[in-house]
Amino acid sequence: MQSQIIDPAKTELNHHAATADAHHEEHPDLRLFGLVVFLIAEGMIFLGMFGAYLAFRATLPAWPPEGTPELELLLPGVNTINLIASSFVMHNADTAIKKNDAKGMQIWLTITALMGATFLVGQVYEYAHLEFGLTTNLFASSFYVLTGFHGLHVTIGVLAIVAVLWRSRVPGHYSNEKHFGIEAAEIYWHFVDVIWIILFGLLYLL
Amino acid sequence: MTQAQLEKTANNPPHIEEPEERHWRDFFGFSTDHKVIGIQYLVTSFIFYCIGGVMADLVRTELRTPEVDFVSPEIYNSLFTLHATIMIFLWIVPAGAGFANYLIPLMIGARDMAFPRLNAVAFWMIPPAGILLIASLALGDAPDAGWTSYPPLSLVTGQVGQGIWIMSVLLLGTSSILGAINFLVTILKMRVPSMGVHQMPLFCWSMLATSALVLISTPVLAGALILLGFDLLAGTTFFNPTGGGDPVVYQHMFWFYSHPAVYIMILPFFGAISEILPVHARKPIFGYKAIAYSSLAISFLGLIVWAHHMFTSGVPGWLRMFFMITTMIIAVPTGIKIFGWLATIWGGKISLNSPMIFAMGFLGTFVIGGISGVMLAAVPFDIHVHDTYFVVAHLHYVLFGGSVLGIFAAIYHWFPKMTGRMMNEFWGKVHAVLTIVGLNMTFLPMHKLGLMGMNRRIAQYDPKFTSLNEICTYGSYILAISTLPFIINAVWSWWYGPKAGNNPWRGLTLEWMTTSPPEIENFEKLPVLATGPYDYGVREKEVDIQAVLNIEPGEPYPTIESGV
Repeated sequence: MQSQIIDPAKTELNHHAATADAHHEEHPDLRLFGLVVFLIAEGMIFLGMFGAYLAFRATLPAWPPEGTPELELLLPGVNTINLIASSFVMHNADTAIKKNDAKGMQIWLTITALMGATFLVGQVYEYAHLEFGLTTNLFASSFYVLTGFHGLHVTIGVLAIVAVLWRSRVPGHYSNEKHFGIEAAEIYWHFVDVIWIILFGLLYLL
Repeated sequence: MTQAQLEKTANNPPHIEEPEERHWRDFFGFSTDHKVIGIQYLVTSFIFYCIGGVMADLVRTELRTPEVDFVSPEIYNSLFTLHATIMIFLWIVPAGAGFANYLIPLMIGARDMAFPRLNAVAFWMIPPAGILLIASLALGDAPDAGWTSYPPLSLVTGQVGQGIWIMSVLLLGTSSILGAINFLVTILKMRVPSMGVHQMPLFCWSMLATSALVLISTPVLAGALILLGFDLLAGTTFFNPTGGGDPVVYQHMFWFYSHPAVYIMILPFFGAISEILPVHARKPIFGYKAIAYSSLAISFLGLIVWAHHMFTSGVPGWLRMFFMITTMIIAVPTGIKIFGWLATIWGGKISLNSPMIFAMGFLGTFVIGGISGVMLAAVPFDIHVHDTYFVVAHLHYVLFGGSVLGIFAAIYHWFPKMTGRMMNEFWGKVHAVLTIVGLNMTFLPMHKLGLMGMNRRIAQYDPKFTSLNEICTYGSYILAISTLPFIINAVWSWWYGPKAGNNPWRGLTLEWMTTSPPEIENFEKLPVLATGPYDYGVREKEVDIQAVLNIEPGEPYPTIESGV
């Protein structure tokens, strides 16, 4: 069990014997790891809702229920391509800052934020022109709650990118050595993107 | 500023300023010290234990007689709903988080948790959620659909109360997820360099398993509650059969969390028991790796057994078979732990002090709860006793006889570390005896009641059940009284108890290697492992143990009286 080899030099000093004087040593940066763990939890909320959606779909005799108007594919399709593309754009911002190119990073991030905002505008436009409401039937409710919950996440992602841009006004705030904010926003953005791909497949294509 | 200066400030984020010494006021404010947060968790959850306990006694008082003569049936429904919600979400789960917060950084030789501010945020979600829940009683519309809140019932009871219940549980779930992220990252990344995963104390292993469970299962409950909230407040019909929805889907989502929740409530105390038994029996833990890995096995199996709560919900037969078999398999890793603990205390030099009495009470009552659990896993038996007092007896043996006794064992064990003072042994034993007698008196007759067919969640019952119900009710009064010696003992000892010294139990895990109570950043210098966490009496390690305990060869082990 405890098969560690003991260095006698250490045991003489007992437990208090320390490595160097390590008081106030630097806290290791675990924020990215923490974010990934957090996103696992986030993913489970979506997974639970997807599971519920699939269960409704499997148990109801007709899906979508009789009388549900056909979903338009053009606008959400364009929106999907826009969102997927924005993930690649966002990656350019990360590459730029790793080369210490703050200007390039800002440009790429601005484009990403605009693409995200376009996605949201498209979603609101789609909501406004759909022929069913939240309580029309089970499909309509699932549609609004799932896409709405995802839209909330896109909004948070856009706000995160804007926050990074706001902070990057200070020259040198982000550099090739310190760019947690950008990486975190990027990971979050990719996550939102992946969730949308599954969501799109479930709601529009399946 | 020049570029160099900017880089310097950027790479050294400002250190969170902490005072040199703790003041009592620090415990009432926003602190980022894991030790303060741990105690905040423990004290807050204990207050909710008392509130939930009063509700339980009101329920039992109503059930002393077959007629409805103490509270109205509506209030009765609210009382058992709130009792269960409070005990689960505001007592046992936060108490586990409290010990984890306090102990994990100390046990792994870290100065704090990975995310101290997030830690404080997670704690400060609990008091508002609890106050919100209890305030619903004052609004006259408390939730009364049971703690499971099954639709469609929960959609036709009071909208305000049910809405409050959803909000409150969502907040508590969020708090628990944020806590779990912190525990997981801390355990995986912040151990002292000399500590591999197999030198970790078993409490850390059990919290690792618990955190993984929380992360995977709690969000699904959040998803279910969001959908339920839409049904309740926005008029959707996800779980409402009148609009084509499916209430059984809610049950699947709910139990996907709430079954693992029983492991979230018991695993931390499995860990605590694994710490307490070797110390007070002066023996190495038997089967370190088996106990460590069985926690992970319980986590994994716990995620695939949820439908055993739904054997009577109309799930197909093949599904029942699958869930019956997987549920029974969980008894294997749990049994591995029990045998490990029994082998640990077998032939040990047992000191029968309060933590040990609670720990041994835990072993006994938890086994009874575990065995009735295996009985309930069998589909035919489950259908027979479904929603009867047999289920109530089973869950209370697990949650009270397991988790709550575990909590008390852990409090008595780590109280000297947290406060620097010893608790009074005599009153600790009085507390232990009253609790163990009271709990068996309250919950043992419930097995019989359930087999005779008494339904749970009813205020009125057939008079033939009266005598057994009276025994249960008087038992619950003993349980109420049993907390008094504990409260007085804890408060008195905190101020006036004898000084504990750094290591009153002569433990070998790292939390005993610092001062009691630990200084602000835990260790003056980060410790280096000289022995494993449980090497008591191991001949080859004798030199190291003597070095750890700071005694000369041949000198007797120091005792509490002589001071360490």
